[in-house]
Amino acid sequence: MLSTIRRSFVPAAWLGWQIESNWTDPFLFFTFSIVKPVASVLILVFMYNAVSQAGPGSPVYAYIYLGNAFYIYVGAVMAGASFSVLDDRERYRSLKYIYIAPVSIPVYMFGRAVARFITGTIAVAVTLLAGALLFGVPLNPLTVDWPMFLAALLLGVVCLTFMGVFIGAWTMTIRTEPWFVGEGVAAALYLFSGAIFPLSVLPAFLQPLGYVMPMTYWLELLRRASLGPGAAAFPTLAGFTNAELFGILGLITAAFGVITWVAYRYFDRVAREKGLIDAVHNF
Amino acid sequence: MATSTDTATPDRGWRLFVRTVFARAYPRLIGQQREKAWIFFETALPFLGTIGYIYVYRAIQAPEEFIGFVVMGGAMTAFWLNVMWMMASQLYWEKESGNLALYIMAPNSLMAILLGMALGGMLATTLRAAIITVLGTLLFNIQFAIASYAQLFAVFMLTMAALYGLGMLLSSLFLLWGREAWQIANLLQEPVYFIAGFYFPVKSFGVVVAMASSLIPLTLGLDAMRQLVFASGPTLGWLPVEIEIAALVVLAVAFIAAAKYWLALMERKAIEEGTLTDRRR
Repeated sequence: MLSTIRRSFVPAAWLGWQIESNWTDPFLFFTFSIVKPVASVLILVFMYNAVSQAGPGSPVYAYIYLGNAFYIYVGAVMAGASFSVLDDRERYRSLKYIYIAPVSIPVYMFGRAVARFITGTIAVAVTLLAGALLFGVPLNPLTVDWPMFLAALLLGVVCLTFMGVFIGAWTMTIRTEPWFVGEGVAAALYLFSGAIFPLSVLPAFLQPLGYVMPMTYWLELLRRASLGPGAAAFPTLAGFTNAELFGILGLITAAFGVITWVAYRYFDRVAREKGLIDAVHNF
Repeated sequence: MATSTDTATPDRGWRLFVRTVFARAYPRLIGQQREKAWIFFETALPFLGTIGYIYVYRAIQAPEEFIGFVVMGGAMTAFWLNVMWMMASQLYWEKESGNLALYIMAPNSLMAILLGMALGGMLATTLRAAIITVLGTLLFNIQFAIASYAQLFAVFMLTMAALYGLGMLLSSLFLLWGREAWQIANLLQEPVYFIAGFYFPVKSFGVVVAMASSLIPLTLGLDAMRQLVFASGPTLGWLPVEIEIAALVVLAVAFIAAAKYWLALMERKAIEEGTLTDRRR
């Protein structure tokens, strides 16, 4: 176990961090890390301000802002873990060498996700700070339920990493346009997990989709931990206690763990049999 | 009877330019249609994002015309993505795959190659933007009240000319970068959606920021098109449509001229230094 971590996880995390960060100087890297997510949240702030008279005091404002801020992790960790496979296979063409090295590939993918988690955390922290200081989001570090926040964050990130490894393994078996799989899942989660609007706004026939998405419960827990009672202003998940939300998220995470393990073994076999480990798609 | 020498006489001047444009537009147009998954995802992904923003407006009980604003912005993201990923970064990709040296050595102009890419990409992207608009209109019951078809057509064409001119200019600049090119293309999405007012009226920025953001052709193009197709558009518009059309003409000419200058400069550097086309740079 320790040997696997030393050989696969640590080098992968270090490699991921180098790929993410060493293309430029630290200042520019920091700027690039925050510009995209901050712009994304600014779109929502301006949309809100263009229409709403209620101002930042309205619960929907904090709901939208925090949902979008924490959703950065989905793009970073889940889509990032799957992109790292494609980066290695298609861009750097190094996946074949990693495959013949004495490393565990799923653990390697976990390691690459960690690097994305770190860059994602920088973006989330800056977005939240900007929200509290500049955009009137009612965030106060003294009132945040930190144990609940950290527990929810950890559980959600583990779930996202499982999903990322699943998608990464799946994309290994796709020769044509594998880039879109990670993006597609991230986009679907954005829409159906109530990241930037309550699920109750969706048409009734689409709402059940939201209830099977782990991110729905994860974002609700993070909002409740960050805002306290103000977060429960929407009826969608108001009927669930925090313990129930943790329970559901834990179950879904465990389920994804099992699914990912089975799926990885299957996709890995398919990719080996079809000679897709070193495939490069050209267009 | 024609000899083999006659048939091998190469085209020169405008004939070569036009043939290059068609030759480069062809794979862009046909190749994209062959990738069914590509068509689906390039339409579906921006549309999913667009729907997300529509529901945000629904959640905050915005007036219905804002839904139309979002659909139009979502449709135009297809053009921005096309310009960034299939035009601005194209020469960088060609460098990575080793084709750039062939492009530089070939007797045709880089401008013609990029124009071919633009025309091929624009046609295919227009189809995707139209699908997003039609789907959005049908699903969310958007009401249009077109004030002037002639102005609308002029605004669209001028926006495309300026936008793809900007793409050509960026493609020459991207050549100067190594791995940064990927990061920059990736970076110039959400910030541009924000600063160009893809999902809200650019008027919200105030005069100074709106003027700065007008350097991106889609800012003025979107604002003018919204004024022309929605009943309440003029009240939410930033500048009168006529001024925006004039500004788009200036942007189109400026970007295309700048692109021509920079591409010639890059081509000269590539030949003189022999390192610009090296993928290890």
